[in-house]
Amino acid sequence: MANPNKKKVVLPVAPDKEAHGPVKHLYSKKIKLPYGVPGHGLTEKEREVAIDEPPPMPINEKLSVVGKRTKRADALYKVTGAAKYTADIQLPGMLYGKFLRSPHPHARIKSLDLSAAKRYPGVHAVHVLDMEPGGSVQLDGGHDASAETYNIDKLPLLRYVGQPIAAVAAESQNIADEAVKLIKIEYETLPFVLELDKARQKNAPVVFEEKIEEEISEGDVGVTAADKQQGNLRGPTTSSFLGGARGDVDKGFAEAEFILEKEFRTQVQTHCCLETHGVVADWQPDMLTVYSSTQNTAGVRDDLAELFDLPKSKVRVITEYMGGGFGSKFGAGHFGVMATILSRKTGRPVKLMLNREEEHLVAGNRPNSHQILKMGFRKDGKISAIDLTSYGTAGVALGAGVGRVAQDLYECPNFRMAQYDVFTHAGPGAAFRAPGNVQGIFALEQMIDEAAERLGMDPVKYRDIIDNHEVRKLERMKGAEAFGWKNKKPGSDPGPIKRGFGMAQGHWTRFINLNSSATVRINKDGSVAIMSSVQDIGTGTKTILAQVVAEELGLMAEDITVKIGDTLYPDGPGSGGSVTAGSITPAVRNAAYKAKMDLLGQVAGAWDVEVSDLEMKNGDVYSKSDSSKKMSFGEAVKKMRTNQIVATASRPDDYGGFEIGNGIGYGRLGSVQFAEVLVDTETGFIKVERVVAAHSCGRPLNPMQVESQINGGVIMGVGYALYEDRILDLNTGHMVNANLDQYKLPYAKEIPQIETVIIEHYGAFSSTDASGIGEPANIPTAGAIANAVYNAIGVRLYELPMTPQKVLAALGVS
Amino acid sequence: MNRFEYIKAPSIDEAIDMMDSTVPEAMVTRKDGSAKVVKAAGTDLLDLIKEGILEPGRVIDLKNIPGLDKLSYDKEKGLQFGPMVTIADLENSPEVKKHYRALYLAAAHAATPQIRNMATMGGNLMQRPRCWYFRSSAHHCRKKGGTTCFAQIGQNQFHAIFLTNVCPCVHPSSLATALVAYDGMVELTGPEGKRVIPLSEFFTPSEVDVTCENVANNQEIITNIMLPPVNEGTRAFYSKHGQRESYDWSMGDVAVVLQMDGKKCRDARIIFGAAAPIPLRREAAEAELKGKTISEKVVAKVAEKALEGATPLAHNAYKVPLFQTLLKRAVMEAVG
Repeated sequence: MANPNKKKVVLPVAPDKEAHGPVKHLYSKKIKLPYGVPGHGLTEKEREVAIDEPPPMPINEKLSVVGKRTKRADALYKVTGAAKYTADIQLPGMLYGKFLRSPHPHARIKSLDLSAAKRYPGVHAVHVLDMEPGGSVQLDGGHDASAETYNIDKLPLLRYVGQPIAAVAAESQNIADEAVKLIKIEYETLPFVLELDKARQKNAPVVFEEKIEEEISEGDVGVTAADKQQGNLRGPTTSSFLGGARGDVDKGFAEAEFILEKEFRTQVQTHCCLETHGVVADWQPDMLTVYSSTQNTAGVRDDLAELFDLPKSKVRVITEYMGGGFGSKFGAGHFGVMATILSRKTGRPVKLMLNREEEHLVAGNRPNSHQILKMGFRKDGKISAIDLTSYGTAGVALGAGVGRVAQDLYECPNFRMAQYDVFTHAGPGAAFRAPGNVQGIFALEQMIDEAAERLGMDPVKYRDIIDNHEVRKLERMKGAEAFGWKNKKPGSDPGPIKRGFGMAQGHWTRFINLNSSATVRINKDGSVAIMSSVQDIGTGTKTILAQVVAEELGLMAEDITVKIGDTLYPDGPGSGGSVTAGSITPAVRNAAYKAKMDLLGQVAGAWDVEVSDLEMKNGDVYSKSDSSKKMSFGEAVKKMRTNQIVATASRPDDYGGFEIGNGIGYGRLGSVQFAEVLVDTETGFIKVERVVAAHSCGRPLNPMQVESQINGGVIMGVGYALYEDRILDLNTGHMVNANLDQYKLPYAKEIPQIETVIIEHYGAFSSTDASGIGEPANIPTAGAIANAVYNAIGVRLYELPMTPQKVLAALGVS
Repeated sequence: MNRFEYIKAPSIDEAIDMMDSTVPEAMVTRKDGSAKVVKAAGTDLLDLIKEGILEPGRVIDLKNIPGLDKLSYDKEKGLQFGPMVTIADLENSPEVKKHYRALYLAAAHAATPQIRNMATMGGNLMQRPRCWYFRSSAHHCRKKGGTTCFAQIGQNQFHAIFLTNVCPCVHPSSLATALVAYDGMVELTGPEGKRVIPLSEFFTPSEVDVTCENVANNQEIITNIMLPPVNEGTRAFYSKHGQRESYDWSMGDVAVVLQMDGKKCRDARIIFGAAAPIPLRREAAEAELKGKTISEKVVAKVAEKALEGATPLAHNAYKVPLFQTLLKRAVMEAVG
């Protein structure tokens, strides 16, 4: 929930604009790294780097493990059920928690009677939450978490259905579920508003009477001052970390050959993590241990340490396996705080997992949007001006901006935007796989499609004129080739079912999180382990870390043990903003390199050769100059003087520094997708037949997992385009489809044939030169489908999801 | 989920002795947690319990009763199957596929393969509507004994376009659409013995009783489902339209069973599913088809007739053209 008292909320990716300047090195060296795309003018780039940086990693073709299709390290454990997720954790004496949640969208608690719940057999504790924690993400500072009692007059106002009020801890889930129903509570119900448009009206019930001081929230594009809040409207945000308005927009429109102005609307999408949000908290005198389904173990630790006034060293957060987060699983969350409180009260571990309904109501969502986009185009197709106004509601939270795509995807000298948050009495939004940009692209890419048609140009060729991003150009070319773009003749089917083709593109900032450290251990028995608090949220982080270390040590990926997702290990990054691969793999490689140098030094001493003469490859250690000097890795480690070699390294700055602050890298990640659809003009039914997705993510570390991530992004995009919609009952404020039966995710038959084109792109940014792919994969899909639908039926849909109802209405059939 | 007693009934007679309530009664007049209800696969019953809108005192499982899962076909007598026959059994029966095409298609498009393997035909006919207000413990609607219909004034995009006055929920069984089109019959067994009624009289419109969907009483169990034999001139088709193709409820489904004399239609059954609180027969459209040679033009007129009297709600007017299209295509598909 938006928090009146808090100045700033920590973002999953924190673009720190306080530029620290480039890091200076006492000793540095110059190295030449691969630069560009193999087969398309690959060159080398010289960078000055710290003296202890490993040598440049050659292109994938010249490597043994990195860049090769490698089986997921934990695949077997996952498919056999051996993998233990948070929901599977069972501890001795563990209690189960259950929340009492607000049944009203806006109400005041008049009285509260816990006695019957407390008396219920098997109940160990009941706790009333006297603060306003948000969904999964935001957390109140300054709250006295140790308070044993509550003041009825100070209980928070209830502002959405599902807002947590109290919770019980009991000996079984069933007892907890029954006991929580026995809490007697009287409400004074208050008027409420759910709709974006109505909430903006003057007489609308106001969600927050007080000024929200919070400046920024994830998903938002930039900072808005708290004084810009009137009624439920807050903003506008007029700049992002990429800058603000530029040029002269009015002059740009005056110079335009033609102007397009359209309104677009997108719906609220919920994250639908297959593993719901939740924790098992175990408060012990010497250590608080929390098993958490989170994208950020270190972040959960920091939240709990702050809230419970504990040293960070006494909070341990563990996420061994994670069942999906998509941006919604940062921070301790109200359930994490509650479970910790209940554990401390009872002296027992407490498990508190949300159920599916709670997951929809309180665990985050992608805010909706109403975008008014006006663009001017010159005769040659160049964009002369862009003016974007947007409104969106993240319910009781902030962060309903529509991203940075209009601002930054295409060249345009004249730009301005005004993005507004609108408060409504609904569950809080949260970052969701490319927050803002997914909404923004649906509008922007339909406008570009419309402009191309107006100019009589092919949409792919038109983008070559307005988009000078070299990698994206290549993606367009290769994607179009794979798709068979030039042979496609749209919309000409004589029957009621029309076939159409469309494309769209997107971009995502290269975020780097410097809080990325890892330890590599080589044991005398030849075993090797990696340790970091970074978590594998299902994307395959464990596997790529093993690959990187195996490549460095000349071993196989399966030789490496990966122990991650535990804050006892060095801090790793939170997995959001597609930062993980690009942030942690250089740290891991550098640690492996350090350990390797240590090992080779000891071997070199034994052989009386120079360290630089030694190589580790194919499981062997050998001298490059003397072929008689060769032994297996297993023999080499026996030369170790100690039982263990340990090396820890952290993510250095990008080679060549950052574009902005200490975390925004140069170069954007491009993505281009092509879609083929069938539209039944008599039933309104849309079927996505095929998607070709062309992407780049720097060096692809494991193409199989990159494909898997792209597949997931496309599938999520299909769901967003056609099916998913949080439907609220306007009379009662309840979500009517808070389940996976009536909230429609794409299932087997809805998933198109997906072909991926991966561009291997080297930017000479780090010792692995990898970047993320999670978010870029999800950005263009809905736009590509919308353009294909238009191509099929000749009528454009400006609103998501594109349901049969909307298609028939657009066609004038109903 | 509340605590309840669970018993596996050894026979139909004993199950009837052990039970004392229909599921609808248990949700309206027997909410004290004492109702004793029967369960087949539990596909729907357990959902209702988990949703917190049904709290039975006893659940009597029919699974162990021998002989309820038999399916037989006879050229003279037609198709007959017990209540514990699964949807997958129908889908996989060569006789059903050969002689009762519309039923086969309905079975093949219901739910998911996994659910079809579990869900029984008795349970399928007895299942309760999927209206999201009915399924929500926070909405005390008419069907649960309340006075408000939240759908009429709220989110009704998937609700009925016929018989919408009292409760515009739609009947959830898409198999029933096909069964009614074949003039199916159902045998109910109670303490006084058996009664056989046409399926067209089995389902209860909400105008008659909003709290239940059929005429089974508190000690009756479906023991048989019968379809009359088809003849050489029978032509049938069924099609279902959901938001998704996989695992979805019907937004609209249509079953047509035609008796053809060469190219002429001698008799017709046209049934709409997900159009009303009951599987809805469209007599005026059937009459329009009788005696006609089937053509695009005739079918267009039939489709128009079939939607006469529709009273769509605020958010479901799209269902009118949807049903027209489904019906036109189904008739053309039936005659091939």
